Amino acid sequence: MSDDESGGEYGQSTEEQRAVVMGIDFRNDGLMLLTMLLGIYIIYLLAGLVIGFPFRGLMNQIGQLTFWIAVFAMASLALNLHWGYTGLFNIGIVGFMATGVYVTGILSKPVFGSGTSAAEIGGFGLPLWIGIIGGTVAAGLLGLIAALPALRLRADYLAIVTIALSEIVRFSLLSDSLSGHEIAGYRVGLGGGDGVILDYQDPLESLIRALSAPFDLILGEQGWLWNDVYLGIVVDFVANFIPNNPKPVVDNFAYSAVLLLILGGFYVVIRRMGNSPFGRVLKAIREDEDVTNALGKNTNMFKIKSFVVGCALMGLVGILWFGTQGSVTPNTFRPRITFYIWIALIIGGAGSNSGSVMGGAVFAAFLFQGPRYFKNVIETALGNPEAPSSFGQAMLPVSNGDVVPFLLYTLDSIRQLQLFMMGVVLIVLMHRRPDGMLGHRKEPASSIPLTRPIKRSGGGDTVATDGGETDE
Amino acid sequence: MGASSTYDRARSQIVEKPMTAVLGIIAVLLVFDLVRQLATGNLTIARMMSLVLDGVLRGLVIGLAGIGLSMTYSILNFANFAHGDYITAGAFSGWATTYVIAGGFGSAANIGSLALVGSGGSVFGGALGINAVQTPLAVLAGLVVSGVFTVALALAIDKFIYKPIRGSGGIPLLITSVGVAFALRYVIQFVFDSGTRGVTNTGSLPGIRPNVIDGTVAVTAHDVLLILVAGGLMLGVHILLQRTKLGKAMRAMSDDEALARITGIATERVIRSTWIIGGGLTGVSGFMFVLWKGTISWNDGWLLLLLIFAAVILGGIGSVYGAIAGGLVIGLTASTAVIWIPSGFARAAAFGVMILVLVVRPQGIFAGRSTA
Amino acid sequence: MSSEPETSGGTGGVDETDDRTLTTLGGAGDTAEVPLKVSGLEKHFGGITAVDGVEFEIDKGSMTGLIGPNGAGKSTTFNCITGTHKPDGGRVEFNGQDITGLEPYQVADRGLVRTFQIARELGEMTVLENMMVAPKHQRGEALWRSVLPYARNSVNQQEQEILERAWETLEFFDIDHLANEYAENLSGGQRKLLELARALLTDPQMLLLDEPFAGVNPSLEERLLEHIHELRDQGYTFLIVEHDMDLIMENCEKVIVMHQGRILTEGTPEDVRNNEDVIEAYLGGEV
Repeated sequence: MSDDESGGEYGQSTEEQRAVVMGIDFRNDGLMLLTMLLGIYIIYLLAGLVIGFPFRGLMNQIGQLTFWIAVFAMASLALNLHWGYTGLFNIGIVGFMATGVYVTGILSKPVFGSGTSAAEIGGFGLPLWIGIIGGTVAAGLLGLIAALPALRLRADYLAIVTIALSEIVRFSLLSDSLSGHEIAGYRVGLGGGDGVILDYQDPLESLIRALSAPFDLILGEQGWLWNDVYLGIVVDFVANFIPNNPKPVVDNFAYSAVLLLILGGFYVVIRRMGNSPFGRVLKAIREDEDVTNALGKNTNMFKIKSFVVGCALMGLVGILWFGTQGSVTPNTFRPRITFYIWIALIIGGAGSNSGSVMGGAVFAAFLFQGPRYFKNVIETALGNPEAPSSFGQAMLPVSNGDVVPFLLYTLDSIRQLQLFMMGVVLIVLMHRRPDGMLGHRKEPASSIPLTRPIKRSGGGDTVATDGGETDE
Repeated sequence: MGASSTYDRARSQIVEKPMTAVLGIIAVLLVFDLVRQLATGNLTIARMMSLVLDGVLRGLVIGLAGIGLSMTYSILNFANFAHGDYITAGAFSGWATTYVIAGGFGSAANIGSLALVGSGGSVFGGALGINAVQTPLAVLAGLVVSGVFTVALALAIDKFIYKPIRGSGGIPLLITSVGVAFALRYVIQFVFDSGTRGVTNTGSLPGIRPNVIDGTVAVTAHDVLLILVAGGLMLGVHILLQRTKLGKAMRAMSDDEALARITGIATERVIRSTWIIGGGLTGVSGFMFVLWKGTISWNDGWLLLLLIFAAVILGGIGSVYGAIAGGLVIGLTASTAVIWIPSGFARAAAFGVMILVLVVRPQGIFAGRSTA
Repeated sequence: MSSEPETSGGTGGVDETDDRTLTTLGGAGDTAEVPLKVSGLEKHFGGITAVDGVEFEIDKGSMTGLIGPNGAGKSTTFNCITGTHKPDGGRVEFNGQDITGLEPYQVADRGLVRTFQIARELGEMTVLENMMVAPKHQRGEALWRSVLPYARNSVNQQEQEILERAWETLEFFDIDHLANEYAENLSGGQRKLLELARALLTDPQMLLLDEPFAGVNPSLEERLLEHIHELRDQGYTFLIVEHDMDLIMENCEKVIVMHQGRILTEGTPEDVRNNEDVIEAYLGGEV
């Protein structure tokens, strides 16, 4: 209506204002999420303490857990933008991740030369932050190339196209013909089946040194935040508890904490996208694309934007995930990673952002890291026994009533069995709870609370709130 | 009427379907390049024929497995991502049988090792002398078991997993099938371990190497057997669809399920028959694939799955003949692509063809009549 | 986006909805007296000709009915006008502009908005969210504006305006009590109301309604008709495809009859009622 009405006149209780901070509603879902995270950590700590896990190992596990929670929550959020909001069935996630990781690697790896072995390939030696931006953009571009023709397709066809695309990416990375070339004087390439050694600066150190810049200027030092604060104070402090080489443990924690911060960023950005007119159109497309088009929305454009942004974010998650692993090979990027993220999203509930985060956390804690942790804990408790090397050897003693070898084999094969369990979990979820934990899709599709506007009386032309009609 | 109208039509075709025109140009270029390579001796005719033979055989496997996928895709209306792992399951069940029989029920090696298809390198197919000529009974039994076991597996999975949520639409079913795929694949890996192993004795396998202009083309007994088995089963499906009441009902179902239901076709029975036929063919294709290539691995079926999807989409979902033809096209693409591009991209080329078909002509190139 | 309140010429209604005017609905613009002009429209499906040289003009501010037996090509004509199908021949003009073969969203953007035969609500969105999708060119539809903090303020401001308009329109249609209900939970008739209300929020000049009364109970049908008449009085132009001949005869000033893909006749309800061909077409086909 007219422009002279100020926002304060609209009904929004102070309680609501307090609960809504930066667009995040902490009233129910958020609280649920925090409680759950707390529960997960307590379980992990207790399990470790009861068994008498060494402190260092326990801390490493906790740091790892945090890392996985952040990674899967971020990926799940990006997928939620595709599937939960727009109804785009992308099962080629891992292809976009691989693109991001490889492009970052090539851009930021040191230039080929002395120090690198002849079989290795070099990079362009650019600063890491340029590499990360480049990788993210590349993943988005791949998404754009895929989107232009494929987004017109039915959901199941899009699924097949995206998974085929992710496999094409993997084959290309494996290919000998792209493994190493001379480009503008740089010897770069994809490394073929051997993969790429990610020997750029450690991301954590790189970040802390970058943050240190203003302090360096004032104090006239080099990398003050890294040398004096991080190494000098934090790591030294931890050395009181972990005397032997504490730095890896601290690094692990610090990097996971950074990822949690980035996860927060993901959450805010994707939530803002969702709770806005933009997200409203995406939801409308999910529900019925023809209708949305008939209402004057260029649905293709919206789909492309949603797809490209989601793909770029997936690329970024890939970089953050694999960027600290030291090296990657093409076969790291098998479709099972896509499968992980889909399970995480479905556990939490497609269409809900807090659900995506929750799904990521549950997946990381109980399906991904959980079984491995369990194996670790049990093996420690049993004093690292020798497991039979094959199913046959494990089964043989069962006929004599000895099930121990079988159990040990099972424990030893936990990495295969956990994929089996994930499959079963997915089946059960689709049967019992296809909407996941928070798939109620109650997140409002607007940037403002959708309550009945309270207007000034005396306008004469409208009835503001007349009793019986409001049954919200 | 005259030349000008033909020209106009061609021009408007190009304007309206630029993608098709571009594809045409690419095809012409590839043919030119092929002729150039043959003329310059870069590529011998014998090698080309070997590649074509390889493509046809691969295509038969894909087509055979594709029939089942195509039928369930159109009749149950969902893309079954577990189909590839039905192939693997069929292959392992069949080969376990073949091993046990060829190993004399435990006389040649530990029976457990035999039943686990030599898991962990405990026994080798080559040592047991397995091939279609030396141990025909074992191979035949394996072939039958692979089909029967996969039928049972497909029916059980349908009954307990797909049927309860059949009403909720194609996408939930698709997602569920991904769960089934992973559960199956990793149970297989858990039991049979993750090693790829040779299963046949190729040394004593008879074959011919006829001279072809500038070289020889090798044809083994297993190649011939694959052609016979696949061809025979395809012919059987053809007769079934055309001549029997069940075949008619299946064709009707894939056209319009609701209508079929109204007209009194027992849909549940048709669905069961679909799984039986599709599952049987899929299991057999898995067994034959392993026999033909000589190795078995826990992710054989998964690696084949996308090629099968490509074939099915190419042929038009629901069309049995389309699946066979699509299988041959995809098989030939994957095998002969190395003439033009590095071998690492052969599979990528087949996927590329599929993506192109989906984008340019999503109803498939052989579409028109479904199932029939 | 804010527009001046426009009071409709005092309709002598007795229903209480009548004194709720849609303040923010501007009514149609006045660029041309003949907003919609269709000439020589053709559409084939395989070997079948669904629409065969259809020609008609719709007057501004009029309510025109498009009737015909099943399979006469009404819906296909509709789809060709609104861009759902690409016509194989002919021309569609709207407000003097050629809109032949445009995408549906482009047609809607020019002020020609359709509803669907089977009401297609956006199920897992609330009624209010359904409504708020509709307004054209919303600031917050730009991705960057919805994310960046400062730009988002301007989005919020416009959202408030859109929210108000949506509520008002819901009130006008008497479905404001359903505002926070999920659209999939609405009854068939309520969905039809929602669809019309939603279409109005796009600021259309002309509305194409595809069987708006199908599956609507009589009392709701009356309300729907009342609303349509009222909107017509405010200056909107309507073209209605309808199966129910009596409904069209009673409410439209002009009727177009289609048969086997062609226009059989057009004229006032009186003319059409007495036309021999029409009687034959309906008796020959199905009524």
